[in-house]
Amino acid sequence: MDFNDTAEEAAYRKEVRGWLEANAPKSVVTSADPMEDAMDMKAARAWQRKKAKAGYACITWPKEWGGGGGASWQSVIFGQEEAKFPHPGNPFAIGLGMCVPTVMTAGNQADKERFVKPAVLGDEIWCQLFSEPSGGSDAAAARTRAVLNGDTWTINGQKVWTSGAHYSDFGLLLARTDPDVPKHKGLTMYWIDMKDPAVEVRPIHQMSGASNFNEVYFTDLKIKDSQRVGAVGEGWRVALVTLMNERLSVGGGGAGSSHARVLKLASDISTLAGPAAKDAGLREKIADWFVQAEGLKYTTFRTMTALSRGQTPGPESSIGKVVSATLMQDMANTALELEDQFGIISDPKMAPLAAAFQSSLMGAPGMRIAGGTDEILRNIIAERVLGLPQDVRLDKDVAFKDIPSGR
Amino acid sequence: MDFDFSDDQKFLKTEARKFLDARCPVTVVRGVLDDPAKSYDEGLWKAVAEQGWLGAAIPEEFGGLGLGGIDLCGIAEELGRALAPIPFASTVYFAAEALMLAGSQAQKAKWLPKIAAGEVIGCFGMTERPGTLTDAQVQARVEGGKLTGVKIPVTDGDVADLAIVLARESGQVGLYLVDLSGEGVTRETLQTLDPTRGVAKLTFAGAAAERMGEAGEGLSLAEVVLNRAAVLLAFEQVGGADRALEMAKSYALERYAFGRQIGSYQAIKHKLADMYIKNELARSNAYYGAWALDDGAAELPVAAAAARVAACEAFWFAAKENIQTHGGMGFTWAVDCHLFYRRAQQLGLVAGGAKAWKERLVSQLERRNAA
Repeated sequence: MDFNDTAEEAAYRKEVRGWLEANAPKSVVTSADPMEDAMDMKAARAWQRKKAKAGYACITWPKEWGGGGGASWQSVIFGQEEAKFPHPGNPFAIGLGMCVPTVMTAGNQADKERFVKPAVLGDEIWCQLFSEPSGGSDAAAARTRAVLNGDTWTINGQKVWTSGAHYSDFGLLLARTDPDVPKHKGLTMYWIDMKDPAVEVRPIHQMSGASNFNEVYFTDLKIKDSQRVGAVGEGWRVALVTLMNERLSVGGGGAGSSHARVLKLASDISTLAGPAAKDAGLREKIADWFVQAEGLKYTTFRTMTALSRGQTPGPESSIGKVVSATLMQDMANTALELEDQFGIISDPKMAPLAAAFQSSLMGAPGMRIAGGTDEILRNIIAERVLGLPQDVRLDKDVAFKDIPSGR
Repeated sequence: MDFDFSDDQKFLKTEARKFLDARCPVTVVRGVLDDPAKSYDEGLWKAVAEQGWLGAAIPEEFGGLGLGGIDLCGIAEELGRALAPIPFASTVYFAAEALMLAGSQAQKAKWLPKIAAGEVIGCFGMTERPGTLTDAQVQARVEGGKLTGVKIPVTDGDVADLAIVLARESGQVGLYLVDLSGEGVTRETLQTLDPTRGVAKLTFAGAAAERMGEAGEGLSLAEVVLNRAAVLLAFEQVGGADRALEMAKSYALERYAFGRQIGSYQAIKHKLADMYIKNELARSNAYYGAWALDDGAAELPVAAAAARVAACEAFWFAAKENIQTHGGMGFTWAVDCHLFYRRAQQLGLVAGGAKAWKERLVSQLERRNAA
């Protein structure tokens, strides 16, 4: 075992660092939340273009599509080095991580030639239009209707939880084309122009106060049959390509060294039994959190090692978010208990550590849901990693229109 | 980045699994469980010695293979999987490690080759009463090279030839080596939760004892031995926890209730997913510990504590929820679940329990944050 780079990795890291030193922005307006509305889009686009021109935007993609033609381990190293420099937010992650790879896998040649390069360059931004009010975890329950007339489809319905819909140029849309067959068989995938007047984007006001997501409404949106991605009725198969990419990009992490912040907070606080930092119950919790956060960190190292050896990583990276989201919530709640009556104050000017724990307490419920709920992620581990049977699905062989919906 | 076993280390581990699948089926474990006169399986112990595992990490000049701590970790994981009923940990992780750390040249030359050859079983005596090992625990006394006092519980103390114990001389705690075949040693075999491992109360009445290391260094030396043992034990725990999860999984697939496999119910699926999550967190922490054994001495206290805390949690959870998944059958003597439940406790306590290790971990973190 060796935490150090191999000679090849060290050489690549040096090359990347040199390029970043010469090219990374000197400073950026940052927000605590990478998907915050206040993101400086102009700076983000400029940085993306610069990276793309140098082959660092989509490192593992073929060069003919604007990528770097490199290996996964190079992409990991670039990410590590980029994180050390001030850089703008990344509104391209969903497009380049999920939507465009789907177009590249399932789309026609004309679409690939039209969309891939502008996305890599940061000229065009994509969003993913899957979740609906009637289907969050159950994305295949989409009700948004697509009806064909000649070579034009008419779309009506509503999507929800769409990140970045308000600044996106294009969207990848999952819609129902045949309600008379079982749900997985009656779906079709399309790309749509988000600037069409028949598309209405409304921000969702989250419990945390922020608005990172949107509702998207379609009212008689007309699109050409050539905007179809994959065959009619094959939408779910196409969606699985996208979702597989989502699991890779949402990942874990996030917990970082927060245990050290709780310890620091505790060093300034007294309890009835003496200094909070000496409280045995708190110290046990800190040890448990540390072990979980370190466990995730070293699990990532194991995944990177597999990539670096040219192997396929094992399924262990699937544990990331299910651990980190709960960890964040537990830590925040314990920190507020330590602050005691003061814990209710969320004003960053007054609350300890600029209200970091108050803020993560309010963000944590979203973390436990986005990109697969705790429950869905446990199902995935049980079914795909351990090989346990799928849940009994009452909707499997029933025409979609006959599936109970509770309303 | 190379955070995994090397191909050679993986080969050694694969060979160890094949060997133990053949030589240590559960009938061998039950052979020790069901026979009160048996402290360990002598046939397996001999076979393990012939494989060279006892001396894997002992230098070649003392008759070992001179491999690294990481190689030993791979063997430990397989021994844990197999619930091997042999005095391996006491002899190799404790006695041999203590000798390599603090033994004089003469002590090493006398004992290490015999350990490597399987001729000597070792044990490590720390505590004397309930509670965490502290300075105040150590009441055994050494005067004029003679040890008097009690060590309890001492794993494998019932069959060991050599004991390394903490004792006090002129008020200072030191580490002492005792040849158990000498005068003044009484052993009493104890009834424990895991009869697949032997445990004794050792009473010393003027037994000959040689100091290892300097006077007053006893607890700090013991701490290093415990740190190294914690990593190796963590691998045994990860091995046991993985096998408990595999048992639970097979049963969840074959057992039907209410007309379907119980593994199709989310209550069972999520329980098994949680076992998997804890096992992977424990494995990743154990890997870091393995790295620290050979290359990261400065990181060892944190890495060892993290490995131990994560491994105790994982094996305990997997062992208890494996019984739960098996329902009533899991509570019978005939089904193997209780073997894992017993071993989870044995491994979870033998180097000090998780509660004490959590405190050690946080103290280390405070020291690190202050630096």
